[in-house]
Amino acid sequence: MQDDAASLISLHGLERTFYLGDSKVQALRNVDLHISPSEYIAVMGPSGSGKSTLLNMIGLLDRPDAGTYLLEGRDVTTLKPDEQAKVRSERIGFIFQSFHLIPRLTAAANIELPLVLAGVPAAERARRVKQALQEYGLTDRAHHLPNQLSGGQRQRVAIARATILRPAVLLADEPTGNLDRATGEEVVRLLEALNAQGMTLIVVTHDQALGARARRQLRMEDGRIVSDASDVGDVSAAATGSSG
Amino acid sequence: MQLTDSARFALEAISSHRQRSFLTLLGIAVGIAAVILLTSIGEGVHRFVLSEFTQFGTNVIAVSPGKVKTGGQPPSGIPTTSRLLTLEDADALRKLPNVTGATPTVWGNSEVHGNGRVRRTTIYGVDADFPKVFSSTVNIGSFLPREGSGYARAQVVLGSKLRQELFGAKNPLGARVRIGGLSFRVIGVMAPKGQFLGIDLDDTAYIPAERALELYNRDGLMEIHVTYKEGVSSASVATPVRDRLILRHGHEDFTITTQEDMLATLSNILDILTMAVGALGGISLLVGGVGIVTIMTISVTERTNEIGLLMALGAYRRTILYLFLGESIILAALGGIFGLLLGIGLAQLIAMAVPALPVHTPLSFAASALVLSAGIGLVAGVLPARRASRLDPIEALRAE
Repeated sequence: MQDDAASLISLHGLERTFYLGDSKVQALRNVDLHISPSEYIAVMGPSGSGKSTLLNMIGLLDRPDAGTYLLEGRDVTTLKPDEQAKVRSERIGFIFQSFHLIPRLTAAANIELPLVLAGVPAAERARRVKQALQEYGLTDRAHHLPNQLSGGQRQRVAIARATILRPAVLLADEPTGNLDRATGEEVVRLLEALNAQGMTLIVVTHDQALGARARRQLRMEDGRIVSDASDVGDVSAAATGSSG
Repeated sequence: MQLTDSARFALEAISSHRQRSFLTLLGIAVGIAAVILLTSIGEGVHRFVLSEFTQFGTNVIAVSPGKVKTGGQPPSGIPTTSRLLTLEDADALRKLPNVTGATPTVWGNSEVHGNGRVRRTTIYGVDADFPKVFSSTVNIGSFLPREGSGYARAQVVLGSKLRQELFGAKNPLGARVRIGGLSFRVIGVMAPKGQFLGIDLDDTAYIPAERALELYNRDGLMEIHVTYKEGVSSASVATPVRDRLILRHGHEDFTITTQEDMLATLSNILDILTMAVGALGGISLLVGGVGIVTIMTISVTERTNEIGLLMALGAYRRTILYLFLGESIILAALGGIFGLLLGIGLAQLIAMAVPALPVHTPLSFAASALVLSAGIGLVAGVLPARRASRLDPIEALRAE
């Protein structure tokens, strides 16, 4: 077992069961996982294998029925809903397949949203949003509504929004699922650049090619992690990633 | 999340559905406008009626023959067994402490012949205290003089309208007029007094009560009006009046109505009227409130995705609750402001178009209408907002 203190994320014996009508679906079975800071992980597996549940669990949107979850050495499983919301706001960024931009807000206002929710003063917000717009090449699109943007631009807005509070973990659920190959490639490079800056990147995907780019690949089946492989092309990263 | 940001967020959500939001707030606006308009008319009528009744002063007590346990007078023409009020009763009441005047009253309707013309008009049989009791003033000449009881000269004071009709611009003083079969000498003309509940108070003639009893072949007075010093309570005058009359009559066979009692009763009735019409408007306000509940429920369903996103971005559940509550309150308050302007505008329009209909909008009504509409927004928003704040973020993000 890897040392919990050195891990960014430590999951111990995580269990999660859903009840859909009469049938029982065990989405996570005794999942143990350690993730170090600035890792790049792809989670793959067939539909219903528990990938998304795992991602929601790490993003504190869902609670396990059993097991513990330590984030940066702190047990976050037992936190109250408001405390979990605060952790989500400060440490976790979400990127969704369908972007989830608010249609009535401009690109700038969508990026600003996490700052608004966190109660950051207006002047400070304006400064940070301007900087983010520049970094993601969206300055001339700042006052456009989402339906006036291309798919790639929308996902760039979503990424800017997810990273504006400098989270420790970036969770991406099929980030290229709604994009064509070229724009998908562009978005993935953007995410990888963020990972290179030290942000832990966890990508859930069906896309083998995208999964293969990650330095560590988890394969899930039936709520279990059935393989945890490190990319042969990057031995040093693999060594720190799965020494357990 | 800062309050101004929450308000802006809610406002943006409202303005993103312009037409729908406008129609929803129109429901509240119509309700508020109805309440404002109806209560304005109610309050206007209230003030109008009270001012009509207080134009003679409020320190008047009316004594009428017959004991009635309810309000009003016994219908005329129906024989009653009650003892009559007499001129002597009026004289006796005049001598009570704090009483400044008492006038016997008899009235009827007769043809008045004068200056070669004829006019049917109201004849009042009163005495010298009449101008004091009813706050009337004499324009030219003098009012009826005080005379010893048992003898009153045949003199008449004309109302300004009657004088105009009979004499025109000519000086009527000293002229002779015939009322019924009797002949009277004109000694004065009253100043114009206007109308009271549609009755022209200037189309009248005043003659001594004794002559009026003779003219209409009556044995007793119709009423005695007693006036008392300002600042004295009506009860402290009414009690000696009652005691004195009981002493004279042997038992209480008369009815005392103080102006104060009458005004208080009248005011109560009119308040109930105002409330009743206000409640009628309240029904449309209720419908407007239901409209807000409907639209907010639809809005929460439509924006399930957005709610999930806000939660993923770290919004507290109570932040979501406040955002939707705020949206509902702003919607209702905007409707309230709009309705207030609409209601006041309509009230002014009515006041201009129908000057006879008194309309009055007190500031307190306007303020409470705004508070009321915001309150309706709060109540209407509670259910949808709670539903929003309790959504499961995963389900919400997955919703289409």
